[in-house]
Amino acid sequence: MNLSLDIAIIFLPLIGAVLAMLIGTKVFLPKFLKEKYQDGCDKAAQVAATGCMLIAAIFSIVLFRYVAVEGHEANTMLFEWIASGNLKADWGIKLDTLSALMLLVVSVVSCLIHLYSIGYMAEDKSKSRFMAYLSLFTFFMFVLVVAPNMLQMFFAWEGVGFASYILISFWYEKESANDAGIKAFLVNRVSDFAFLLGIFACFVLFNSLDYTTMFAKAAKASEVHWEILSVSVHAVSLICFLFFIGAMGKSAQLGLHTWLPDAMEGPTPVSALIHSATMVTAGVFMIVRLSPLFEHAPFVLSFITVTGVLTCLFAGLVAITQFDIKKVIAYSTISQLGFMFFAIGISAYSAAMFHLVTHAFFKSLLFLTAGAVIHSMHGEQDMRKMGGLKEYMPFSHYFTWIGSLALMGIGIIGVFGFSGFYSKELILESAIAKNTGMGTFVYYSGVIAAFLTALYASRMIFMTFFGDRKVLNRREEIHEAPAIMILAMLPLVIASVFLGWLAFDWFTGSKAVEFWKNSIFVSDHESSHAGLLYTILPITLVSSGVALAYIAYDIIKDIPQKISNKLGVVYRLIYDKFYFDEAYNMIFVRPFGAIARFMRTKIDDGFIDKFGVDGIARVSIMVTRKIVSVQTGYLYHYAFAMILGLALLVSWFWGWRLY
Amino acid sequence: METALSDIPLLSVMTFFPLLGALCIFFIAKFTRLKTDASKVIALTVSFVTFLLALAVFFVFDNTNPAFQLVERASWLPSFNAEYIRGIDGISLWFVMITAIITPIAILNSFGSIKKNIHEFMIAVLILETMMIGTFTSLDLVLFYVFFEGVLIPMFLIIGIWGGEKRIYATYKFFLYTLLGSLLMLVAVLYIAVAFNTTDMMQLIEQGVPIDAAIWIWLAFFASFAVKTPMFPFHTWLSYAHVEAPTTGSVLLAGILLKMGAYGFIRISLQMLPEAGMLFAPMMIVLSIIAIIYASFVAFAQTDMKKLIAYSSVAHMGFVTLGLFSMNEQGLDGAMFVILSHSFVSAALFMGVGVAYDRLHTREIARFGGMASNMPQYAMFFMIFTLAAVGLPGTSGFTGEFLSLLGAYKANIWIAVFAGLGIILGAVYMLSLYRRLFFGKQDKEDVSKMPDLSVRESLCFAPLAVLVFWIGLYPSTFSNQYSATMKTILERLVQ
Repeated sequence: MNLSLDIAIIFLPLIGAVLAMLIGTKVFLPKFLKEKYQDGCDKAAQVAATGCMLIAAIFSIVLFRYVAVEGHEANTMLFEWIASGNLKADWGIKLDTLSALMLLVVSVVSCLIHLYSIGYMAEDKSKSRFMAYLSLFTFFMFVLVVAPNMLQMFFAWEGVGFASYILISFWYEKESANDAGIKAFLVNRVSDFAFLLGIFACFVLFNSLDYTTMFAKAAKASEVHWEILSVSVHAVSLICFLFFIGAMGKSAQLGLHTWLPDAMEGPTPVSALIHSATMVTAGVFMIVRLSPLFEHAPFVLSFITVTGVLTCLFAGLVAITQFDIKKVIAYSTISQLGFMFFAIGISAYSAAMFHLVTHAFFKSLLFLTAGAVIHSMHGEQDMRKMGGLKEYMPFSHYFTWIGSLALMGIGIIGVFGFSGFYSKELILESAIAKNTGMGTFVYYSGVIAAFLTALYASRMIFMTFFGDRKVLNRREEIHEAPAIMILAMLPLVIASVFLGWLAFDWFTGSKAVEFWKNSIFVSDHESSHAGLLYTILPITLVSSGVALAYIAYDIIKDIPQKISNKLGVVYRLIYDKFYFDEAYNMIFVRPFGAIARFMRTKIDDGFIDKFGVDGIARVSIMVTRKIVSVQTGYLYHYAFAMILGLALLVSWFWGWRLY
Repeated sequence: METALSDIPLLSVMTFFPLLGALCIFFIAKFTRLKTDASKVIALTVSFVTFLLALAVFFVFDNTNPAFQLVERASWLPSFNAEYIRGIDGISLWFVMITAIITPIAILNSFGSIKKNIHEFMIAVLILETMMIGTFTSLDLVLFYVFFEGVLIPMFLIIGIWGGEKRIYATYKFFLYTLLGSLLMLVAVLYIAVAFNTTDMMQLIEQGVPIDAAIWIWLAFFASFAVKTPMFPFHTWLSYAHVEAPTTGSVLLAGILLKMGAYGFIRISLQMLPEAGMLFAPMMIVLSIIAIIYASFVAFAQTDMKKLIAYSSVAHMGFVTLGLFSMNEQGLDGAMFVILSHSFVSAALFMGVGVAYDRLHTREIARFGGMASNMPQYAMFFMIFTLAAVGLPGTSGFTGEFLSLLGAYKANIWIAVFAGLGIILGAVYMLSLYRRLFFGKQDKEDVSKMPDLSVRESLCFAPLAVLVFWIGLYPSTFSNQYSATMKTILERLVQ
């Protein structure tokens, strides 16, 4: 029963995508049919895609029980893919707790977002195309999480990147959406290039790309050093480093993060599914999947920690200053991904995965509520023009609160907390339990990050839902989201409230070893408990962050303005996101075009052509004009040359014979 | 069955069948008032039957046997030691298949765009097919030379008669470049005939060529193949030839003709002259890296979409030579897959350009935009082939570039680092092309009135799209045919 279930789960979204494409889009439907029955076709496409996802989600729950709870792991090979020499990579399905958990999270979130999209895209003219793309993305994501080898992982890795590209550029008539789509694809290509080099190095070291073989050989391989440019390089560290660069692109870590805020150009359900809950966490997932390998690269782990911390603080700071509601959540996502990465850096893989799971639910909830707000404001995303929405949109208001409380990690130790509370506490606890300088560094960074999170999340709520209405359009124009969107958000609300409390046991202590089995590396640090002071500090800071935001944005409203004026240059620096985009434009984008034009006009046309063949041509035109007086008969010239050649051939032969 | 088939000289029948078709059209048109539609149908049928013949060869071929198969011998120019020898191995089998697949598609594609001298056009294309299949199945150097050069005559006619405004300049350039290369090749063939008393390629491969002679022979052949492939810096003829050629010409040029250079590199530069090949491998790899990076930049700066795709061909062929001269299993396999992939993808992309050109009579990228709204089917096919050109995993482009780069990595890490930049650069120019053509606001009135693909046009794209995914998802179908042959080539190289 298991075998057919996993295959069904993976291919259902693909079937949904194809169905939606066939039924609802202009590509396959005859034009006259399409014009007449467009609405019906779109409905059918939406039902087909969402239905497939619903079945996949139900199957995933069953499968999760079967694999993770009952402990039936399996490794299925589907069919051969690339085989060349001793390289062999097959299509396959690796089922263990890690992949079953990811399947569960992805399918449930994706199913809900399919449902939400039916309401959100009601006014759009390409509903079916949208559903098809969403399902296609889900398919790639499924293939990614069940991959049994690096190559299939890379296939899906680039596949989700492609799906993300077409979804960001979904409204292709908007130039900004096209810019953002290409940017996302290219930034990811840069990091994928490092990933690809990592795969090459991996193959050279292990002679295989299968996880099982790699992990089995990891201990022995960690003694290998390579000579590169007469420097001795630790092979496993190099591979892990290259893989991490790959993860940095997909998970938008500092330096390669610039595409993610721009990706908000896509429709909001896309931001919720791809750019917060699932695809951007693929980097975290990849490293957790490879944790037995990364454990042999302590230097890379430290690098990951530092990158994670910097990203987390940087994005948290930027989020406080942004006014676009989606940008705030986008930077929040970057920050939270940094949080997961520094958990990885201190070998707290289980905690990182726990945060990945809780984050998937509460962050997609936040995006969906933001989507509801944008939907009712007719596309307005600037929070300065919102305010006072809580009266008109009670559901969205409460849901945003719940999502934000989960994000901030509000809870009382030992009693109850929102889902983010447990995962965040677990990461901080693991850090302090490490009892090293790095652990302490991570702990305090995490606490500061938690404070920043509380600040920007509550700022967003107070600016959007509290205070006075800024835009004085007619009251009835602003409306609560339609029932289907509320319905889609409900399960996410429940998960944001209870998931941490329910699932806490699986991810911590001795139960973690039992839960994960051998699918990831579980360190024993995670079982110990931190002192009281360490557990109280974060929640105190988080509460004060909320209070601070409340005072600054709902009581004494000129505080933010005053602070930003006082800070001057520093504020500009943060508000302008530390000028990463500007710098990249100056260093890479603009010179690229200039170099290309230079090569085309000066080198190709101006040098190679001029002195190469055209030079010869000029000379031979002069010569041939004298010999043959046929003006357009270049064919004859050639025939002439052939005859000449044959004559040469024959005479050579005769001469040789005579000789 | 076995004996019945072996009695028929299958390869010769396959090679000369298109020529027979061309003669048919010629005589019927000469003595009767043949309708142009009839000659279209005849040409399409003939090329399709040739495809079926190639398919028969495909199934008769024994892929466990690395040697040349279906060998036919007949005496020819006995005084010159040149024989008529035909045969195929796993390598040439695929080159023949490429030719047999793309030619009927190119003929079908020409129906809409070729308006004058249709009989003659069909004759030229069919002769071209005979010449191309002949090149890939010839096992005697003189015979090989005749077919290799014979390809150029119909190609000249296609560009020179049915081409664009500056077609004469383009054919001139084409002529000069290839003349330079082929004269040197001719000298090498002559030298071999004289020095070794045979031009039988099988025998030459068997007995080997002494290294001091091999170096000069290698260089002479290199001149010809480097122009044809084309390699940097012998590539500037390509963009002119493509821009001036009619769509069908470009499809045949990019899909098949360029592969003759790659075929020559495998058959002669590696298989026949392995030691010299080893010796020149560093040069080949450096030129490949330059081609990949340089052509990608130049492609990005183009304003004419056909030129852009022409330069992308130079970059992709760089991956072929890169893989070949990395000289390991993955590199050689990768090169074969890039050859297969590029044949189908570039043929499709040039047909894609043709679709736009037939409707608006311009190839200026800036004249288009927003075509995704009024031509969704066209947008979808173009996206598939764009992705394959970009090398997205799951498409044919990835299988080839991945293995080719892996081979390069095994040869030297830095080769892979530099050549690998090509996969980033490729995404830059292809995606920006796609964006400028298909995305954006539909504000040009003439573009917005363009109709979507006709059934005939879709029929041209569909089989290529299937092949792109087939190679991308289940490449074993393809590599199983040539892996035995590749292994023996590699064994000789390693020695």
